[in-house]
Amino acid sequence: MSLLQVKNLGVQFQTPDGYVYAVNGVNFELEKGKTLGIVGESGSGKSQSVLAMMGLLAKNGKATGEALYNGQNLLTMSPKQLNGIRGDRVSMIFQDPMTSLNPYLTVERQMTEVLQLHKGMTRREAKKRAIELLEAVRIPEAARRIDMYPHEFSGGMRQRVMIAMALLCEPEVLIADEPTTALDVTVQAQILSLLKDLQRDFGTAIIMITHDLGVVAGLCENVMVMYGGRVMEYGKSDDLFYHPTHPYTIGLLGALPRLDHDGDTLVSIPGNPPNMAHMPKGCPFSERCAHANAHCAEVLPLLEAAGNHSSVLRACHKPVAELQIIKEKAHV
Amino acid sequence: MWSYAFRRVLMTIPTLLLVITVCYLMLHATPGGPFDSERKISAAVLANLQAKYHLDLPLWQQYLYYLKSLLQGDLGASFRYADWSVNDLVANALPVSLAIGGGSLLLSVFIGVGLGIIAALRQNSIVDYLVMLIGNLGSAFPSFIIGPVLIMIFAIWLKVSPAGGWNDFQISYMVLPMALLTFINISTIGRVMRGSLIEVLNSNFIRTAKAKGLPMSTIVFRHSLKPALMPVVSVLGPLAISSITSAVVTESVFSLPGLGKLIVNGAANRDYTLVLGLVVLVTVVAVVLNLLVDLAYALLDPKIRY
Repeated sequence: MSLLQVKNLGVQFQTPDGYVYAVNGVNFELEKGKTLGIVGESGSGKSQSVLAMMGLLAKNGKATGEALYNGQNLLTMSPKQLNGIRGDRVSMIFQDPMTSLNPYLTVERQMTEVLQLHKGMTRREAKKRAIELLEAVRIPEAARRIDMYPHEFSGGMRQRVMIAMALLCEPEVLIADEPTTALDVTVQAQILSLLKDLQRDFGTAIIMITHDLGVVAGLCENVMVMYGGRVMEYGKSDDLFYHPTHPYTIGLLGALPRLDHDGDTLVSIPGNPPNMAHMPKGCPFSERCAHANAHCAEVLPLLEAAGNHSSVLRACHKPVAELQIIKEKAHV
Repeated sequence: MWSYAFRRVLMTIPTLLLVITVCYLMLHATPGGPFDSERKISAAVLANLQAKYHLDLPLWQQYLYYLKSLLQGDLGASFRYADWSVNDLVANALPVSLAIGGGSLLLSVFIGVGLGIIAALRQNSIVDYLVMLIGNLGSAFPSFIIGPVLIMIFAIWLKVSPAGGWNDFQISYMVLPMALLTFINISTIGRVMRGSLIEVLNSNFIRTAKAKGLPMSTIVFRHSLKPALMPVVSVLGPLAISSITSAVVTESVFSLPGLGKLIVNGAANRDYTLVLGLVVLVTVVAVVLNLLVDLAYALLDPKIRY
């Protein structure tokens, strides 16, 4: 059985203008020690999916479906049970390291409390372990710096602290919600290679949420492409990157700026993401899709095997062969 | 931090001088003088009185006289109460005001912060609405309305408390005025605490704390209290100062022999030295309170260092 099985996950928000369906019918599985990438634009529902699993939705949010961790449904368990799992077996790091650490508490306090809570350590033992973890994420002079406050660390260092904090209890699942988005490029690379090393050392499974396809390519075995709260394409990263079968994935890959490419125009997907409160009846991408017809706008495509001996599942009415022509164009 | 505090105290000297000068001029510009009364005083007696208090000198000389005695810590002699120095009058009234004002402020910090926490955690529940109701009542009704209402209920109808007056710090005389000030202070502190805690609980670092599996009590008391208290500390300074100045009303309502009563009488009697002395006192207290607030910030927020 998979470590984490997500079945038909949905997230709704109750707003003054009615219900907003941020995530619909998301399914995925995560195996021990493996990495799943979730890719999509802002507002595609990728963050809300994992926040729902962690019980961290906003007050007006509600999660439906199942998120089974070792067979236990995270979505329906009591807050007390959930608190026993989050931070201990499943932990999370966030996008913005500048605001995700408590500015009023020392790093030591914020780290030791996790071990005191989940492992019943004394504060002294916890501090010793916390320093080890800070060293593992390559923070220099960890023993001295642990007594500092977050504002005395740089952005990249703070994200390292966040990662160390998330790994304190050696969790089985680490959810990383755009961990490198707020960091500059050189620091991004350091953090990613750090995550890779830590995954090897700790055997942690990672869910990596990002809108950076380069991150996925370098880190993830499997990838799930989301758009408008739905899964567009899901499969092994290699299959998906070399043979994308969904117009949205093709568009995303085509929009990657390339150094070896002449010309000074940046390619983009025309149009904007749909308004979540007024989703089209059919395929959420139909409004921006070059292949879309009346059928696409009316009938929701289901996630089905793409065929061709590929691992990929795709949600598109158009046959793969029909899309190849456009894909060729995008790569010219 | 100590050098910062010292510099801050030094910086109050020009403030103090300005306040004294403006008040001095305003007082002397008001029509009437300390020895005007219904009963005619003979010209010779008036001249003697004026000479005694240097009122016969030009204004600038009077002013310098006043500053000189002030520097020696002497607030001067009261014009009205011939046997009393202003220092004595203040020394008698200050403990009364301090007990009522300081006591109620301390009380309202604990009650206000407590109610604010409960209201924030149980947003849109009965408790929350109750706290908000208290908050709105306390802000909407002035103390000279709530005060008499309290007297009516507890002194006249229920007869459980004296209607006013003072008997050497006897608790029963202190309960109603303290209840009034506490009620008004709670309305501000409770509202501010509720709002700031709600905001803090929505911040990213609280989301991190939840993701770590911490129980709600730890999240509130260890992770949220300090940041949520910052705005409360900010209102505490002005609130403390206003409990001194609003004592003018409270002490009139409950006939308390505190600073408020002194200042009212002093102004009515053109008791120049008494009014000035009280103004100096309030200014010093205000400056010290503001300093304490700033130091409290540093205590709460590790990013603030002096």
